[in-house]
Amino acid sequence: MFENIGEMVLLFWRTLVALPLAWRQRQKVLDQFFEIGNASLLMVCILSFFIGGVIALQTGPLLVERGLGSYVGGVVGFSIAKELAPVLMSILIAGRIGSAITAEIGSMRVYQEIDALRTMNINPIHYLVLPRMAAIAVALPMLVTVAILVGWFGGAVVCAANDRIAVSSESFFSALRSAVALKDVANGVFKSFMFALIIGVVSCHQGLVTRGGPRGIGRSVTKAVVNSIVLIVIFDYFLTRVLMR
Amino acid sequence: MNGSSSNQHGVGLQVRGLRKSFDGQEVLQGLDFEVQPGEIFVIMGPSGSGKTVLLKHLIGLEAPDAGEILLEGKPIQSPEVLSRYRMAMVFQSGALLNSLTVGENVGLYLTEHRLQPPAEIARIVSEKLEVVGLKGAEERMPSDLSGGMKKRVAIARALVIEPQLILYDEPTSELDPLSAVVIAEEILHLKERIHVTSLVVSHDRDLAFGVADRIAVINQGRILTIGAPDEVKRNPNPLVQQFLNASFKRH
Repeated sequence: MFENIGEMVLLFWRTLVALPLAWRQRQKVLDQFFEIGNASLLMVCILSFFIGGVIALQTGPLLVERGLGSYVGGVVGFSIAKELAPVLMSILIAGRIGSAITAEIGSMRVYQEIDALRTMNINPIHYLVLPRMAAIAVALPMLVTVAILVGWFGGAVVCAANDRIAVSSESFFSALRSAVALKDVANGVFKSFMFALIIGVVSCHQGLVTRGGPRGIGRSVTKAVVNSIVLIVIFDYFLTRVLMR
Repeated sequence: MNGSSSNQHGVGLQVRGLRKSFDGQEVLQGLDFEVQPGEIFVIMGPSGSGKTVLLKHLIGLEAPDAGEILLEGKPIQSPEVLSRYRMAMVFQSGALLNSLTVGENVGLYLTEHRLQPPAEIARIVSEKLEVVGLKGAEERMPSDLSGGMKKRVAIARALVIEPQLILYDEPTSELDPLSAVVIAEEILHLKERIHVTSLVVSHDRDLAFGVADRIAVINQGRILTIGAPDEVKRNPNPLVQQFLNASFKRH
């Protein structure tokens, strides 16, 4: 386990060092960026709309019953912006994009494509890892920003439509504005940036260390997704502690 | 592994006392041989004899436990050698990048190292594909190609580097006899045309005796014999004779 962590830290460092080359690889970064967006945007919108709706449904009646209906927007807005959108969307992307990254790089490793790159003096970190890391580090915060907005919208719709809550959209967003500061949204987006780096490093690393045939690729994909999710949840706790100060 | 020199002649390769173990099992047990500039040198041996591990050492994917590999007298992985001499490898599977077209695969080295403008890269790619008999295949995907065509694309990709040393890993494996002949002719043609040094690792006896200037037979990480094809055929070592004369007999 410690060997894996060491390798991942080294991979992250080498990718950071290669960052000035990202401009040279911009076409690949853009290709990856659009692939992530295409594959995830609709799913992110659907998921975050219903997450907003569920939070409104769970908290709304309780607050309204206690005469705190004017706080529903704040509770929904705050929880989505700071916690639910960054964590759940990152888990979604770990499953949807992280697994694809591991499978692609893993199959390139197994079928000697990475060896072929090395014999042409093409650094796999520059060619494969850097574009994927750069793309996911930009795409995930953008997706989370969309998720926050759609989640709020979902919460507002449910609050207005549900008879037990019956909070108008104007009241919902007014409460949301008074409870959620721009800094809270920025915290959530920053978290998602850190989670994107975790997904990128874990997925690329698992791909690069893949051994064996198709079964090895399958094992690497599973490990990449599980390890990403575990690390996201652990890092979420510590990031939350740091960002609370 | 690649430099900017445009010398079109082969380079000499020396392997001295090469040893490698995996999990306590010695795969290479002190290999010693020399490949002359412009020579086609074939290393033959049964599966598991250490041929592929040797190739991995030559291209720097493995580091030896002991011994050294020299190119023109200097360590093969030294910066001086890497910047001065060009080396290419044709993998057993072709190892084409499946997400790229044939043309992008062949031109990958030039594109990634920005050695030529795109129009010139396209011209070179077209020229190299023509050399291997695949003119006009630029837009095809590797998944659309047969095994033989993939290997020819891999050779075209190697040629783009203008190598002074080409390493072939089982170039005729998984090929039908006609495709194998095409590949063998290609290896000979390159020697005549650009005087490249070729090191071929194979267990295909027809290929070895058809193209080699010299042959080394290895078994369990040791060289059993080295010599011209006729000398190897006459070698009395029972393991050599067993390998060279193995055939299926119907009872």
